[in-house]
Amino acid sequence: MAKTIIEKIWDEHVVYEEEGKPDLLYIDLHLLHEVTSPQAFEGLRLNNRKVRRPDLCFATMDHNVPTRNREEIKDVIARKQITTLQDNCEEFGVPLANMDHPDQGIVHIIGPDLGLTQPGKTIVCGDSHTSTHGAFGAIAFGIGTSEVEHVLSTQTLWQARPKTMEIKVTGELGYGVAAKDIILAIISKFGIDMGTGYIVEYTGEAIRKLSMEERMTICNMSIEAGARAGLISPDATTVEFLRGREHVPTGEAFEKEAARWLALASDEGAVYDQTVEISADEIEPFVTWGTNPSMGSGVSNNIPLTQHFTEASDRSAHEKALAYMGLKEGMPLTDIAISNVFIGSCTNARLSDLRTAATVVEGRKVHPAVKAIVVPGSQTVKKQAEQEGIDKIFLNAGFEWRESGCSMCLAMNDDIVPAGEHCASTSNRNFEGRQGAGSRTHLMSPAMAAAAAIEGHIVDIRKFQLDSVGV
Amino acid sequence: MEPINEIKSVITPLNQKNVDTDQIISKEFLKRIERTGFGKYLFYHWRFDAEDNPIQDFVLNDERYKDSTVLVAHDNFGCGSSREHAPWAILDYGFRVVIAPSFADIFYNNCMKNGILPIKLSVDEVEAILSKEEYNVEVNLETQTVTGADGSVYLFDIDPYQKKMLLNGWDEISLTFQYEDHIKAFENKKLAN
Repeated sequence: MAKTIIEKIWDEHVVYEEEGKPDLLYIDLHLLHEVTSPQAFEGLRLNNRKVRRPDLCFATMDHNVPTRNREEIKDVIARKQITTLQDNCEEFGVPLANMDHPDQGIVHIIGPDLGLTQPGKTIVCGDSHTSTHGAFGAIAFGIGTSEVEHVLSTQTLWQARPKTMEIKVTGELGYGVAAKDIILAIISKFGIDMGTGYIVEYTGEAIRKLSMEERMTICNMSIEAGARAGLISPDATTVEFLRGREHVPTGEAFEKEAARWLALASDEGAVYDQTVEISADEIEPFVTWGTNPSMGSGVSNNIPLTQHFTEASDRSAHEKALAYMGLKEGMPLTDIAISNVFIGSCTNARLSDLRTAATVVEGRKVHPAVKAIVVPGSQTVKKQAEQEGIDKIFLNAGFEWRESGCSMCLAMNDDIVPAGEHCASTSNRNFEGRQGAGSRTHLMSPAMAAAAAIEGHIVDIRKFQLDSVGV
Repeated sequence: MEPINEIKSVITPLNQKNVDTDQIISKEFLKRIERTGFGKYLFYHWRFDAEDNPIQDFVLNDERYKDSTVLVAHDNFGCGSSREHAPWAILDYGFRVVIAPSFADIFYNNCMKNGILPIKLSVDEVEAILSKEEYNVEVNLETQTVTGADGSVYLFDIDPYQKKMLLNGWDEISLTFQYEDHIKAFENKKLAN
């Protein structure tokens, strides 16, 4: 029978099944970071338990780390969390890329870059953006700290078999439209809980044409549509991305693995519990104006009127969001003034994202009212960008160029958007207070954020670029 | 974790949908390395203003619900981050039951691991509950019922495995250790391939 990739991977990982119980699922890769792991390690210690397979774990420090002056972390509690991870990894034998390690970076950036992320794997991490790794054709999902402890102890999780959903992206992306715009358009069209209870597979010709980096951006935000995991069947693009990476086999063994990976792709005629479709031709550069990722629209639009919503709960949510954001219904999105720009996060801080943003800012200056920072996704990304001179382009334009980490995506460190200020951000969440108490986030692609930094307000990247070449 | 079966309480009505985990527990409180002590930070930025004074019209600052152990909200409760600090804060504050028409997957799971009972009722049922003043309910996990002071009875579904875990307060890891032979066999088979 024709099977989806989701069913193939799931079936390969069931350790034990019994009527009336969830499946006991084997976990191939467990990624860890400093914020959601300390209580799990403490649980092991209290119960005198070991890490069952430290060789299948990989830890780094990303959420809390400063992006400058790393020698001295002033926040005592943050420092404690960081040293706790170091101590736990030493005690339990878990491989760690600590703050000074050349591989340090956002966990969802370094997993793929090191080749730890591979097609067909089950991957978990105490972080909801673990869905990123699905771009490779893996079942990857975020878990809570109790589940982190469970995986550390047993290398398994009890999981109910999820429903499957196909999100088909047909057609072709227009000029200036990025992967970020596809996923924001999907969330806006279908809602932030459309994926609850599902694992999503993204299919269609528009997805096939995307690079691995772009596929990661899309899978990364599956959770913003409610889906714990989102994936894309592996193809030649996947195989070529992984070839030569540190943790993948070499030579003959790689070719054998590659053949196995490609065979995981969903079979022709496989049936999903649900299928939805969106046309890439309709998608324009996207920005959010509200306080969850579905509250957004194409940049050429105005903020919707409250009366546009039929349900009372939607009307009150809309009013509450606009009050928080300090915005008026009906105003053009391009009239929103921006005073902070953040280019970073597990959604959009890969080398290709920085290259795209650099093209936009090259030879220009950041608007005097804007504070703009670039936070590369990993130390490796940072180094590669510096080799290409990308750091100089940003610095010359007036951006700050930082060390890698989660930074202003969730503002656990010192990188905070001041209360009441608007931030053009390449991150994934625009919840109230996400980038600092009272902060106002507008999600968008790296090119759009870069253009907003130059102009001091939200701009349509298509118009910005055409103007610049004198069309 | 603490077993849970019968809970009697006035409900705390949180009239909002899409309540995300960033609101339940804000990031500045995630730096602690303990599981306890998060209750005082629950819904912090909705409960307190910039000077840390209570915001009077927020429901958690309403004296009538001071001792409530049942929180009721609209759709998609607990969306966003996987932070288990969210259910830790809810539990530490004193809630044992959360009722909503739907929950985000990770949050729902995290509740189960901490002895918090997440109950899914229909949108209409939740709206009926939220429309009443100082509504007292009796939650019974064994019979899968929520019974209101006015005699209304609401039935809810729950996975039988998760029900058993909650009723007994079992440690899941100890139970999984009983499957060690299966795990070992799975690993050996994987190695052989």
